[in-house]
Amino acid sequence: MVEALVRSLTCPKCGAPLTVRAGDLTVTVVCGHCHSVLDAKDPSLKILQTFEARVRPAPRIPLGTRGKWRGELWEVIGYQIRTITVEGIEYSWSEYLLFNPYEGFRYLTEYQGHWNDVIVLKTLPKTYKGGGLAGGEKASAEVLGERFQHFQTATATTTYVLGEFPWQVHVGEKAEVKDYVDPPRILSSEQSAGETTWSMGEYVSGEQIWRAYSLPGSPPPPTGVYANQPAPFARAAGPVWTAFGAFAAVVLLAAAWRFGFSSRPVVFEHAYQYVPPTTPPSDSAAAAAAFVTDTFTVRGRTSDLELSIRTNLKNSWVYFGLALINDSTGAVYDFGRELSYYYGHDSDGYWSEGSPNDRALIPSVPPGRYYLRVQPEGPPGGAFWAVTYGLRLRRDVPWGLAYLFALILLSVPPAALLLRNMSFEHARWQESDYAGGDDE
Amino acid sequence: MTRPVATCPNCGARVEFRWSSAVQTVCPFCRSILVRQDVDLTKVGTVADLPPSSSPIQLGTAGRYHQKAFEVVGRIVYEWEQGGWNEWHVVFNDSTSGWLSDAQAEYAVSFLAADSLARPAEGQADLGRRFTWQGKGYQVTAVTRARYRGVEGDLPFEYWDKEEVRFVDLRSDDGGFATLDYSEATPLLFLGEFVEFKNLTLTNLRQFEGW
Repeated sequence: MVEALVRSLTCPKCGAPLTVRAGDLTVTVVCGHCHSVLDAKDPSLKILQTFEARVRPAPRIPLGTRGKWRGELWEVIGYQIRTITVEGIEYSWSEYLLFNPYEGFRYLTEYQGHWNDVIVLKTLPKTYKGGGLAGGEKASAEVLGERFQHFQTATATTTYVLGEFPWQVHVGEKAEVKDYVDPPRILSSEQSAGETTWSMGEYVSGEQIWRAYSLPGSPPPPTGVYANQPAPFARAAGPVWTAFGAFAAVVLLAAAWRFGFSSRPVVFEHAYQYVPPTTPPSDSAAAAAAFVTDTFTVRGRTSDLELSIRTNLKNSWVYFGLALINDSTGAVYDFGRELSYYYGHDSDGYWSEGSPNDRALIPSVPPGRYYLRVQPEGPPGGAFWAVTYGLRLRRDVPWGLAYLFALILLSVPPAALLLRNMSFEHARWQESDYAGGDDE
Repeated sequence: MTRPVATCPNCGARVEFRWSSAVQTVCPFCRSILVRQDVDLTKVGTVADLPPSSSPIQLGTAGRYHQKAFEVVGRIVYEWEQGGWNEWHVVFNDSTSGWLSDAQAEYAVSFLAADSLARPAEGQADLGRRFTWQGKGYQVTAVTRARYRGVEGDLPFEYWDKEEVRFVDLRSDDGGFATLDYSEATPLLFLGEFVEFKNLTLTNLRQFEGW
């Protein structure tokens, strides 16, 4: 047997036709013509309230509209506007009551183009007190393992009703509403007459709603940032971080391969001794300490050469004027290295500064025959012993910094995204009870 | 499932039980409330017209709960200021019975708790109070004064001489549901959980025009 849910009635006040769509689940029905709130359970439709409507807002989804949502058919049967006042300014949002005779009820809410798909929760969330508005941790609520941060507490007043409801509605009814957010979801508690109702909303785009309910035109563009609106770049963040991870892995693998498998052949190695002069040398005397090494062969493609200097320096310094000279072309790579190494004991214990050893990279050295010109210089005079030092040149030494630079460059897009998301979060929380604070 | 058959002592109609362990049933023809004593049926009262209901469930609706098939065999109807609700008596294929409540399309399955479980006195179960049964914590979320509006079909106990019934509803933080019914000297305690309509895979539902 197929039974009718729809009833056609007549408003006892103005005679306008009324439709009840949810059968006997409907407790209150509102005449859209004269704004009388009627007792749907009463056969004579007792008038419970007649309210003044300054404006007659037209629901963006008309009553009676059906749409397929989350796999089920839902019909819009009720519409109400609720208003909160913050610092003297009124903020109003719309609530659409949706009905399916088997599944029950759910809601769509809309505030300045921001939509939420809302269901009433059957599970009781746990609430946690925070550090208050002054700062510290925000109050929060947890349900089914998901933690929501307190966003706003306000008293909502029902300011307009239309259609039918499975409870007694009346204009002017007040409820304390607490919103907790974990974008894209919002957890809300409504307290009135001692009873608390919890609901869970999920942010949906106007386009989704327009499609589901086959509405004409296009949805109003959302204004500002809504409490549980997901950061628009949050969706991009996943792929961007994945790409970053992938590229970074490639760089690190390349580095590992380079460091692990590079043979780094030694092309030149020799030990020397330098005895500093007892008196400050003239320039010419200093130049006299200079010498050139034997020639050596650098093979392979153009690559870097690493010069390492190891000394037995103790509480002194030595400077090496160095030049790598190509024996056949005469090309010169001129550079200098200063080494100093001091250590001792003081009231804080052992200390040391500098190092007796040094390394330097000479980049892009073409293959060929080379020799080094070396001019050591040390502190003249005083009790100073000879410096023994070894010079070693190795071919094809990987340059770790290059890989580091690559990683830094790679991290630019995710870092930019992070900054944009931070500014989005800032805008979100500016609308909350915590606005103005610098927390988060 | 064998279905015992009896004769209505009031109108002589054939009364078929949907559940062999039923203590009370209602004659579908003359609406006499019949209580079973051994093999005899005694008329204890009459059900007035039940209020119209838009519940999609009806006697004979079948479904599954935790892999166990059940059938709806009876019903208690309540009304309160914000509407009405149905407590559907369901019998599982292992002959145990429970309740499927449909409060304006909010569905829960519960079972009568053992007498050994302690239950608070009527004045001690105010909103917000917490209780623990079988290791699970519950909090009182609603206290309702409801009017008993009638019964239908097979029930596991005598339930007809009622007027106003005070209910205390409780919820847990994981979907658990409990109800205290203060219509008896020892309050009845039901423990269960909220369920999704879809998950019950109900068949033989009422059909609604246009849906």
